[in-house]
Amino acid sequence: MSTEQSTTAVATGDGAPPPTRQRVRESHARGWSGHGAGFLAKLAIMALVNALGVLALWSAYLNGSWVIFGVLLALLVVADWVYFSKRPVPLKYLLPGLAFLVVFQLFTIGYTGYVALTNYGTGHNGSQQQAVDALLSQNEKKVPDSATYPLTIVEQDGELGFAIVEDGTAMVGTADDPLSEAGDATITDGRVTGVPGWEVVPKNDVLSDPALADEVLALRVPISDDAADGSIRTGDATIGSVYRSVLEYDGSAGTLTNTDTGVVYHATDEGQFVADDGTALPVGWRVFVGFENFTKAFTDDTYSGPLLRITVWTFVFAFFSVFVSFFVGLLLALVYNDPRVRGRKVLRTLFILPYAFPAFLSALLWKGMLSANPDYGIVNKLFFFGARIEWLDDPTLAKVSLILVNLWLSYPYWFLVCTGALQSLPDDVQEAARIDGAGVWRKFRSITMPLLLVSTAPLLIASFAFNFNNFTLIYMLTGGGPRFTDTSATLGHTDILISMVYQISGVAGGRADYGLAAALSIVIFVIIGVISALMFRRTRQLEEVS
Amino acid sequence: MRTTLFRAAAVAAAVTLLAACGDGGSETPPASQEPTTAETTEAAGGATGSLTIWVDENRKPAVQAAVDIYNETNPDVTVELVQKNFEDIRADFLAQVPTGKGPDITIGAHDWLGALIADGVVEPLDLGEKVDEFETVATQAFTYDGQMYGLPYALETVAVVRNTALVDSTPDTWDDMIAMGKEAGTKYPFVINTNGTTGDAYTYYGLQTSFGAPVFVQNDDGSYTTDIGMGGDEGFAFADFLAENGMKGEGNFSTDWTYDVANEEFGKGNAPYTIAGPWAIQTYKDAGIDVAVDPIPSAGGETAAPFVGVQGFYLSSQSQNKLVANDFLVNYVATPDVIKALYDADPRLPAMTSVADEVAADPIVAGFLAASKNGAPMPSIPEMGDVWEYWNAAEASIISGSSSAKDAWTKMLADLDAKLG
Repeated sequence: MSTEQSTTAVATGDGAPPPTRQRVRESHARGWSGHGAGFLAKLAIMALVNALGVLALWSAYLNGSWVIFGVLLALLVVADWVYFSKRPVPLKYLLPGLAFLVVFQLFTIGYTGYVALTNYGTGHNGSQQQAVDALLSQNEKKVPDSATYPLTIVEQDGELGFAIVEDGTAMVGTADDPLSEAGDATITDGRVTGVPGWEVVPKNDVLSDPALADEVLALRVPISDDAADGSIRTGDATIGSVYRSVLEYDGSAGTLTNTDTGVVYHATDEGQFVADDGTALPVGWRVFVGFENFTKAFTDDTYSGPLLRITVWTFVFAFFSVFVSFFVGLLLALVYNDPRVRGRKVLRTLFILPYAFPAFLSALLWKGMLSANPDYGIVNKLFFFGARIEWLDDPTLAKVSLILVNLWLSYPYWFLVCTGALQSLPDDVQEAARIDGAGVWRKFRSITMPLLLVSTAPLLIASFAFNFNNFTLIYMLTGGGPRFTDTSATLGHTDILISMVYQISGVAGGRADYGLAAALSIVIFVIIGVISALMFRRTRQLEEVS
Repeated sequence: MRTTLFRAAAVAAAVTLLAACGDGGSETPPASQEPTTAETTEAAGGATGSLTIWVDENRKPAVQAAVDIYNETNPDVTVELVQKNFEDIRADFLAQVPTGKGPDITIGAHDWLGALIADGVVEPLDLGEKVDEFETVATQAFTYDGQMYGLPYALETVAVVRNTALVDSTPDTWDDMIAMGKEAGTKYPFVINTNGTTGDAYTYYGLQTSFGAPVFVQNDDGSYTTDIGMGGDEGFAFADFLAENGMKGEGNFSTDWTYDVANEEFGKGNAPYTIAGPWAIQTYKDAGIDVAVDPIPSAGGETAAPFVGVQGFYLSSQSQNKLVANDFLVNYVATPDVIKALYDADPRLPAMTSVADEVAADPIVAGFLAASKNGAPMPSIPEMGDVWEYWNAAEASIISGSSSAKDAWTKMLADLDAKLG
């Protein structure tokens, strides 16, 4: 999801500008110097890049993906210019990163933004033309009790027709001439194999020629002079049935008319065909809806109530997840950093274990262990004397459980980070403090902690952003439950914003609303972006202090 | 739909299961057999072109077998099988077909149909007279608003699974079954997957229909309307039944039971009866239990009709090779040889009657087939996707006793009213 990547994008944008030092010696990749290995290496790599680029361009061209084609072309031209020109020296280092930034991050963010402004979702999935096509083919229905006729494709003066066998009689017709008896036709195995004056088109010819196949698919042979009786069509060039269309499309007016009832459906700005009485046809198309999805998220009762609560809980969850585990990790690191502790290496290794398991597996295991029934839930059995404590089914306990399980999952990380940071702290400052008469607490508060924060603060921010979007844990441990009982939204007390987005997007199988989900993603992106920017600014101040 | 996803995950189990209970499973896919279609007369040459088919990992060999048979008469058609996760197929199909990048044919479950239609990504399919060769429930499942949209090939449903060492039969009514279960003297008379506190209306559905409370009201032809059928006295009678048998009542249902827990209790011999699908059988066999499969007993007086899920092939509305794709599906896949080949490669209950009869020699397969004949197709209208969450949650809260049957059921009906408009 774009939001997760965006944090790094913000971080990159906020970082210090790279130093552009003048090189005294000319790079060996720039020209032929020495035995020319560097230049040859560059040439080889660029040849490879160009070859891959041209290949990608070609396949984009074949697929008619013009946006991708344009972006690729621009990237390729820029790459060649940067590496074969003498002027853009810093770009030679930055270009690969920038290219990835554009392709993988800016594009995703941009596309998410675009989707957020449309009504993309179930019922609004494609273009208007596709919706019309789908509606027409859905409403062209087999006439009830229509027999299935063995069908042969025939041709006369370049015009295609169908020859069928009905009750042992051969009938021939074209789009303009309704079916009529073809007296002298030969019938073999119940199928027309020859009609005088007509040329039989073998099925394989039809199947092998896409243009001909399209013509056959589009061909409708009326069974009588009255169009309302329906017409023969075929899907596979071997059998035909009588179909009758209920809808008629008028391209110039943009209306679909039901020929049975006379009801006219007009195309609306909402991306749907709607009749005057308000009934709509099922298939709609994607349209631009502006900021409707954003207003819906904040004003629609179904979402706005839960949205507020879920936002608050997301902050609580991310904050406690990070700080509780950071302090537990830090505490353990301080303890196990003391040279007086025996077997430090073995103990440290043991502490890393939870970190080594995949998080989703641990979450699933915890889900089983926290089961309310002491027969199945080992936590209740071993630690609570077999009492029935509903860890995951009580709103408050479920939240506590999530934070505790996340603590178990992530304190080893902080233990690792803090141990490393502690060992790199200069001893002389500590010693000076001791000589000045500072106690253990004072030393920790005024010296160890500030120095430690310089190196860990960026990690804390990154961890906050990660937990803000920690979908895996929520999905695997509680699935967002227990559900809210006071709203119709299918959301729960432990849903965080990202799991709410997942729920709304309908990817899980409900009715999808990608537009709304994308709008919420953008909101999350903005929240995380702003927080990260603010926090990194604070971090810089921290560095200045030290 | 959690249920569908979850059952997809259980596919692996189903494969091994039916492979084991199929008739020896020693038959190789009949690659050398001639397809018995009308096309054999003009087999020379064959079509050219290409087809792209999406399949999941488990069914790739099955579809490959069908493709091999097809390629014997049509060697010039390049058929590319793209392997995808079953859980991803639906969303990817919806997303990619409008861009023209999707496949020509995809494998899928019938209950996606409503959403696929609303998004205009599937094409009607005319099976002609071959329709009659399939089980009615299968063709009904793929029929939407009078049009048939896919080729069904396999069925799946749930039934009562009985531990033959503990009980010798399954009575016709719920009360008798529980009474027999208690006589067996095991820890529980009966277990069932409730999917924990999430609820699993899918597995419980047979019991619900026996009260005459279908999820949506059905038309005479078996198709579903968008009217909720769970309201009224019948629906509340079922809700009361859940409460009576729930954790604050008899204890025959429990939200402590997940899929794994229910299977474990049954596998340990702690309960003589359970309601489960074919995908769970291998687990029981591995646990060393002999099982028999019977239709679900009636709890409310009417026939217990569990959901029948149907697997099949969909044709993309944006396919550039519709004629070839149609030809492949109607004239090659919809033949007993290929359906049997699909069964051999991935044993699910075949949707074609003649093949189903052939494989029904296995009593477990026969048991599930019998259960499927009682069953009703899972609704494929898009509204169904909105029902699960509310429905599951209402049942779970009634079973756990956290809210009264009346309150939970009333709230569910109100929520559904609001959601479905």
